[in-house]
Amino acid sequence: MAQANLPEPEQLALRILRGERAAVAGGLNLLDNKLPEARNRSARLLAALSGERALNDGHLVGVTGPPGAGKSSLVSAMIREWRLAGRTVGVLAVDPSSRPELGGGALLGDRIRIKNSSHDDGLFIRSLANRNQLGGVATEVWPMSWLMLACFDIVVIETVGVGQTEIDIAEIGDTVCYVAQPASGDTIQYLKSGIIEIPDIFVVNKSDIGAAARKTASELGRSAPRPDRRDDWDYPVCLVSATMNTGIRQLNEHFDRHRKYLVGADLLGTLRARHQSGWVVRLLKEEFGTFGLELIGGCAAVGERLGENQHRQFEEYERMRKHILSRFMSASQPSSLTKGAS
Amino acid sequence: MDSVQTKRDRPWLMRTYSGHSSARASNALYRTNLAKGQTGLSVAFDLPTQTGYDADSPLARGEVGKVGVPISHIEDMDQLFDQIPLDQMNTAMTINATAPWLLSLYIGLAQRRGIDPKKLSGTTQNDIIKEYLSRGTYIYPPGPSMRLIADTINYTVKHVPKWNPTNICSYHLQEAGATPVQELAYALCTATAVLDRVQASGEIRPEEFSQVVERISFFVNAGIRFVEECCKLRAFGEMWDELTLTRYKVADPKLRRFRYGVQVNSLGLTEPQPENNVQRIVLEMLAVALSKGARARAIQLPAWNEAMGLPRPWDQQWALRMQQVLAFETDLLEYEDILDGSPVIAAKVRQLVEGARREIENVEAQGGIIAAIESGYVKRELVASHMQRLRAIESGELKIIGVNCFQETAESPLTLGSDGGIMKTDPAAEREQIERLQAHRKKRSEADVQAALQGLSDAARSGDNIMPSSIRCALAGVSTGEWGDSLRAVFGEFRPPTGIDIAIDSRAVLGKKDQVTDLRARVASTGAALGRPLKLLVGKPGLDGHSNGAEQIAVKARDVGFEVVYDGIRLTPQQIAQAAEEEGVHMVGLSILSGSHMELVESVLQELRSRDLASVPVIAGGIIPQEDATKLAALGVSAVYTPKDFNLNTIMADMVDVIRHANGLERLGQLP
Repeated sequence: MAQANLPEPEQLALRILRGERAAVAGGLNLLDNKLPEARNRSARLLAALSGERALNDGHLVGVTGPPGAGKSSLVSAMIREWRLAGRTVGVLAVDPSSRPELGGGALLGDRIRIKNSSHDDGLFIRSLANRNQLGGVATEVWPMSWLMLACFDIVVIETVGVGQTEIDIAEIGDTVCYVAQPASGDTIQYLKSGIIEIPDIFVVNKSDIGAAARKTASELGRSAPRPDRRDDWDYPVCLVSATMNTGIRQLNEHFDRHRKYLVGADLLGTLRARHQSGWVVRLLKEEFGTFGLELIGGCAAVGERLGENQHRQFEEYERMRKHILSRFMSASQPSSLTKGAS
Repeated sequence: MDSVQTKRDRPWLMRTYSGHSSARASNALYRTNLAKGQTGLSVAFDLPTQTGYDADSPLARGEVGKVGVPISHIEDMDQLFDQIPLDQMNTAMTINATAPWLLSLYIGLAQRRGIDPKKLSGTTQNDIIKEYLSRGTYIYPPGPSMRLIADTINYTVKHVPKWNPTNICSYHLQEAGATPVQELAYALCTATAVLDRVQASGEIRPEEFSQVVERISFFVNAGIRFVEECCKLRAFGEMWDELTLTRYKVADPKLRRFRYGVQVNSLGLTEPQPENNVQRIVLEMLAVALSKGARARAIQLPAWNEAMGLPRPWDQQWALRMQQVLAFETDLLEYEDILDGSPVIAAKVRQLVEGARREIENVEAQGGIIAAIESGYVKRELVASHMQRLRAIESGELKIIGVNCFQETAESPLTLGSDGGIMKTDPAAEREQIERLQAHRKKRSEADVQAALQGLSDAARSGDNIMPSSIRCALAGVSTGEWGDSLRAVFGEFRPPTGIDIAIDSRAVLGKKDQVTDLRARVASTGAALGRPLKLLVGKPGLDGHSNGAEQIAVKARDVGFEVVYDGIRLTPQQIAQAAEEEGVHMVGLSILSGSHMELVESVLQELRSRDLASVPVIAGGIIPQEDATKLAALGVSAVYTPKDFNLNTIMADMVDVIRHANGLERLGQLP
């Protein structure tokens, strides 16, 4: 029954590329769907959406930080500026799920904090629960952000940073932005934890509170410019106030500058291709486990195959899925030998 | 008869909270109520008036004249008080975010009638802080809201000295689930925040500050546990006396009196066997009348049928007669405080005072009530208390006659009439109000209006008291929406935390544990069958800010495994349908308590159809009469829940089945 309603992926992809909202919503639903037929169609949809353009267009921005740092209001202020400049924005807002033994439900409350009250066709928000997955970002986030990138100028992924999450975000975003809570121990913990290497841009929100915000900014500033990631990026630290709407335009300019930097250094395509293969491996692992990956030669072999064909990773992904599925089928084919053994 | 000679205390002010459809209809109602012996007025405004929108604003659609009277400009105010002498009337207005505006219309009207504003007496509720926690008719952020409260206080103390400029409300906190200790603590913290703000404004000379303290009054709730409630009011009196003495150095004990008005509890009124509400209301009234030292200054009682819909004039008359019987027939008013000296009462009062002190310290440690609201702390505490109450009802630990015990009943003759025992507002009211407003706009001087609005914006920006420029606006014929919009442009708008992000309490308090386990399995298996976890959108369309029901459904749905999108109050049908599309939900749940369910639900269904989402099932909850529930079902609503559906587990099981049915899966039926 539910399968009867599943859309035709290639048709859907055309509508998504035209920016039809209903198609975007339908595509996100399909990518979220774990029924076997939906998985087949998801792979086809992603393949239909990929290509050279997917590695070069748009801007995938990750925003993370501790709870209470004001991420949503910051994202809201960033969106206001982007929309004023006529750029369309897609948002994936990720919230934590409750533990599986407590039902695994989730309250997704970011939408209203991000959106202002007026109707806007150039903005699309999907909230998502992290579903207790390791790393804090659900497996679905990456294919969903990929879909959004096909039809919005800017795609923002907002997650609560609780340690491990930033690592996942760094494996999705072209540009990763960390929002620090002024005057909070979190920032110091963060500095110590070593995760500081990951964000490309630091933001201290709530600059309206004054000295405490400036202090946090200067702490970040002292430790931020690290030579261990990219030599020629300056890792800016921005002091902004989302509620007073100060410093937001400058922040957005840093995002643009970072994207230009990636393109100029010929890094954008490489970065996305690398992220893409990382998530393909993760998707395969989620569906088939390590055993499934071993059936097609293990992680390294998979990475190699994906690397060989950067623009066609999803077609490759689908081929690998089919391959693993066929191996599973043949492995579970009852043979006279196994019959006798059991 | 002895009692004839005995000296009796003067009774409290008797009011009925009322207003509906139009200024003309409400005026007629007020005059009959006064003729029946009511001694004050209590004006209920409709939601567009309370949230600063004109009747022809898109957000006002379906809400005009529903929960109260629409007042769009000074001519409406004139009609509302037609043949009512303003200098002799005591008028309470339940108005908050737009309190300075409605007070300006009242003062402007008095001036136009040649009445000295110094003779006006009454109350503007004007407690915006509790609006963020319950009720929801806030507009502006906390900073400007506090300023508006302070401006009205500073103005009235000087120019309308008999007016109570603010009525600190613990009433709505109880409706949102507060325990007596929480009510005491948060109301007193709010009063302190207001007084501190007025003090900091520097507009009042230190030696006159006692008069400001004296003008602060309270609006309190009384629930069915009437002994404890009575003790709560004695505790309020003690704590207020102490606070005003120590913190504000008010020397005269008379100026330190805890003055309060009361509306008894509506949360505990039931839809099943609604006649039982009469006993509940009478007992709750005892809580605020029994103890002379802690007796209410003004009482308004709800009607027995409030959980079913709007009360009719006869229902309101019955509520008024309850007060009159207590005041004039019984011997209550012949005695001094009959509870003084009771060690049981004293001990209970002590316990409440101590609990409240601890919670006040807790709030102050967080930087005061505003900070604790902005962080979501207070709201979370209230949502959690309310959740516990519902769980206690579900488990039967908290008994509610006719609801979770003694459900057997004969058919009630009270609800058999052709009107179903409730009042219907005039369906033409909205159109007529819009026509009246548009005609008014044509008549007034545009130059005067623009000049007055400019003066208002200037005052808002400069920090000058907002009242003089608002009164000028009133006299120039400015509309409620224009006043609200001018300040929105300066102050911005605000959405407080929803408070539903409370942690799941894993200690077996989730209703009946086996049912919750079963529900979680149903939610999970249905999600697996559909390919992804069940996702629910909880939406509150319209201007109604009573969000408790929506919040409880959202929290409960999360607890049993739904992924829940809740966007808070005051959304348009278009926003809700758009959210349903963007979020890819399996179901849309709508909560509406303002009586606008027919218009709003129909609009949401239309918006969903226009987005090709007709297959997403829609359910509705609220105060929805049976007749309307049938109509909603015919429009395509899958289920309607009303106050009689108190068991959240049952509702959840039903919701899962609605989703299953909509997706061609077999229903699982009732929980074991």
